[in-house]
Amino acid sequence: MKPWPAVCPSNCSVRPLAPSPAQLAAWLQSQHTELSTFTHCNLAPSGRGAAPLIQHPASKHAYVAHHQRTEVTRVLGCHSCCRIDMFSKGTKRKFSDDGDEISDESLAGAQVSSSYSLQRQSLLDMSLIKLQLCHMLVEPNLCRSVLIANTVRQIQEEMTHDGTWQVVTETFCGGSQSPSERLVATEVLCRSREQDAEPKLFSVLSYEGCREEEVVTDETLCSVSVSDTASDVCLSESARHCWERDEFVEVDRDDEACESSRLGPGDDDDDDDNDDDEVDEEEESSRVDPKTMGQVFGTFEIKNSAPGPDSALEELFSDVDASYYDLDTMLTGIQSAPKMGPYDLLDSLAPSHGPPSIGSPSNCRSDLNELDHIMEIIVGS
Amino acid sequence: MELPLHCKLFLDVHLIPDSADVISAVEFSQSGEFLATGDKGGRVVIFQREPQGEYNVYSTFQSHEPEFDYLKSLEIEEKINKIRWLPQLNSAHFLLTTNDKTIKLWKVSERDKRPEGYNLKDEEGRMKDISKITSLQVPVLRPMDLLVEASLRRVFANAHAYHINSISINSDCETYLSADDLRINLWNLDITDRSFNIVDLKPENMEELSEVITVAEFHPHHCHLMAFSSSTGTTRLCDMRSRALCDQHAKLFEEAVDPANRSFFSEIISSVSDVKFSHSGRYLLTRDYLSAKVWDLNMENKPIETYQVHDYLRSKLCTLYESDCIFDKFECAWNGTDSVIMTGAYNNFFRMFDRASRRDVTLEASREVCKRRAVLRPRRVCVGRKKRESDVSVDSLDFRKKILHTAWHPTDNIIAIAASNNLYIFQDRWGMPTNVRGVFVLSFFFLFCLFC
Repeated sequence: MKPWPAVCPSNCSVRPLAPSPAQLAAWLQSQHTELSTFTHCNLAPSGRGAAPLIQHPASKHAYVAHHQRTEVTRVLGCHSCCRIDMFSKGTKRKFSDDGDEISDESLAGAQVSSSYSLQRQSLLDMSLIKLQLCHMLVEPNLCRSVLIANTVRQIQEEMTHDGTWQVVTETFCGGSQSPSERLVATEVLCRSREQDAEPKLFSVLSYEGCREEEVVTDETLCSVSVSDTASDVCLSESARHCWERDEFVEVDRDDEACESSRLGPGDDDDDDDNDDDEVDEEEESSRVDPKTMGQVFGTFEIKNSAPGPDSALEELFSDVDASYYDLDTMLTGIQSAPKMGPYDLLDSLAPSHGPPSIGSPSNCRSDLNELDHIMEIIVGS
Repeated sequence: MELPLHCKLFLDVHLIPDSADVISAVEFSQSGEFLATGDKGGRVVIFQREPQGEYNVYSTFQSHEPEFDYLKSLEIEEKINKIRWLPQLNSAHFLLTTNDKTIKLWKVSERDKRPEGYNLKDEEGRMKDISKITSLQVPVLRPMDLLVEASLRRVFANAHAYHINSISINSDCETYLSADDLRINLWNLDITDRSFNIVDLKPENMEELSEVITVAEFHPHHCHLMAFSSSTGTTRLCDMRSRALCDQHAKLFEEAVDPANRSFFSEIISSVSDVKFSHSGRYLLTRDYLSAKVWDLNMENKPIETYQVHDYLRSKLCTLYESDCIFDKFECAWNGTDSVIMTGAYNNFFRMFDRASRRDVTLEASREVCKRRAVLRPRRVCVGRKKRESDVSVDSLDFRKKILHTAWHPTDNIIAIAASNNLYIFQDRWGMPTNVRGVFVLSFFFLFCLFC
């Protein structure tokens, strides 16, 4: 792999100039043909302002969409993902401060794996949202639900295999977390993420570089967040049907959702309001998701099965935990022994490729403030 | 490669006026004289073929009404999922229609005579004044305007906990099967309060559910053989003689997925959306999201033919997943001689594949393109730059216009295409004499090639 001709000084603080089309064409031609294969098109959520399909630089007709991991060109000092169109359009790339220190090889590997994991993450998010969207009156299509659930399972298996899943669960469930310490734990998590910034460099960088994609993901998720209230209502209705015997079912689910929105690990990015929405939406759904997954199949008949083994995905389909309706947990919004619903993991996963490099405790606090503010809006109105 | 406008393909285009509802089922009768369509509003419209060869509306009736399941507080849609005609035994016609939960047997009969000359009633049906009756008369049958009545004969209800996706009448004409997402039941046409469960895929623990039944069908000649397909891309052939519960398959038709092409969407696009036995009973046609495969019943490990219906969508799977289009269930059909297969696609396109010559054609069913008695021009979808003016770019495909339901006349070259709420009936200009059936397809493709 030939390095990109250094059109920009290696000074970290200076943004690289966009290469001219001629330079770009010449450079691309010299690359290995593996460049043409790309996982991006398959996994990135597209539609609303999403990344377009990539055109093979050599053949104008082919929309490349291969499912293998790609080899990424080493763009000196630049951490944009392997999107050729960015180059061709001369889009300015964000530049991470840490770039130059890393060797090109590991950078390439990092970009590949982080880009892929980002895409995989967005697919997971999309799938979980699809499973969650409630159909008020008509039973959802079982075939569709099963296929989406299988996709989620597949992603989870792959993430477990990669070790990403384990890392996340460890980070999240570190130590004993009593309900009241959850808020404190948020800050701790923020700080610990900073400390982990060095070893988790790849994901940090990928967030920087793939910022545009991250926003796209948010947009996708945000487009759903608008209807959160409605979906909460829906879910409370259907919860009532499934768990009719439970006396506490009448407790207002909205409150529970609101409580939970205060609690997730804050996203470090001040500027991106979308992230907050994403966090909110995920956390609200984190409250309801374990039940929802049970409801996805549970609406079809009364569930009598015992709770499954402890794997995270089993939580998707687990019976409702009676502690949900315990008054204490209702107020604090969390069980004493936190079970990892998929959205709990999402909370930690999403910010795991947040940009804590510039982060500081003040970021966490400001995020908490923003969350409080949002809480007031939801509850106070 | 333009085809001139006088290319001989399906010419007669019979447009049905817009109905308020989307067509959800299309089926020719066993003789082909009748065509039944069902829509989302639970209505069934039956067309009859006129002596001149065109189809006109014969009867319309409301088959299913929306219901409410009080136990689950959920609506049960009245949408007709499938229609199947029974073989005709007398002057009346029988068909089975089903929505998500209930199957109904309808009798459609004609009445063109009525009795006149009652003693106690007058012509309007009012009772006569007895004191005024002076003589007795025998009522006689007199001709009247044709009246087509649809009457409900049987209701097969409460046998399915999940949504019914298919019904199929056995070749013995006495039994039929109904399949929902997890179970298949066997019914006798005369007995409504009892059915036998022959396939049950429901796991002990619903959390382990990973596979659902998508389509089921009886073999056209062997009354003991049935096939059902699943969401995991497998099609199973079951022999009902071997045991009462057919969970163990006799044959499993599954093609191994190329590991190089594996993606997160591999399973979803391999889900089989339709299964059709050939008329000969020798072959099986399965449709998954991107392709149609012909299987020989004697060979399980791979299909004998695979036809790519819209492979250009392979790079758009994520978009299609997001919009739920990836879950669309396309139907497929054989022609009368099993030499051509047909299936629908997006943008109101449908495709036909000639098995012998391996030629295929893409046609469009839309108001703008089809005028009465006009010739259909083949269409082409291009990836990238258009080579021809008439080409359609992949990016401009309208994914809301999908042709899910298609049917082919059992013997003649007449096809029915349902595009949302419009029904298109295409016929071959050269008429339908059965002795040139085989020649038709050859002649079409011969002409197709002439102007290449």
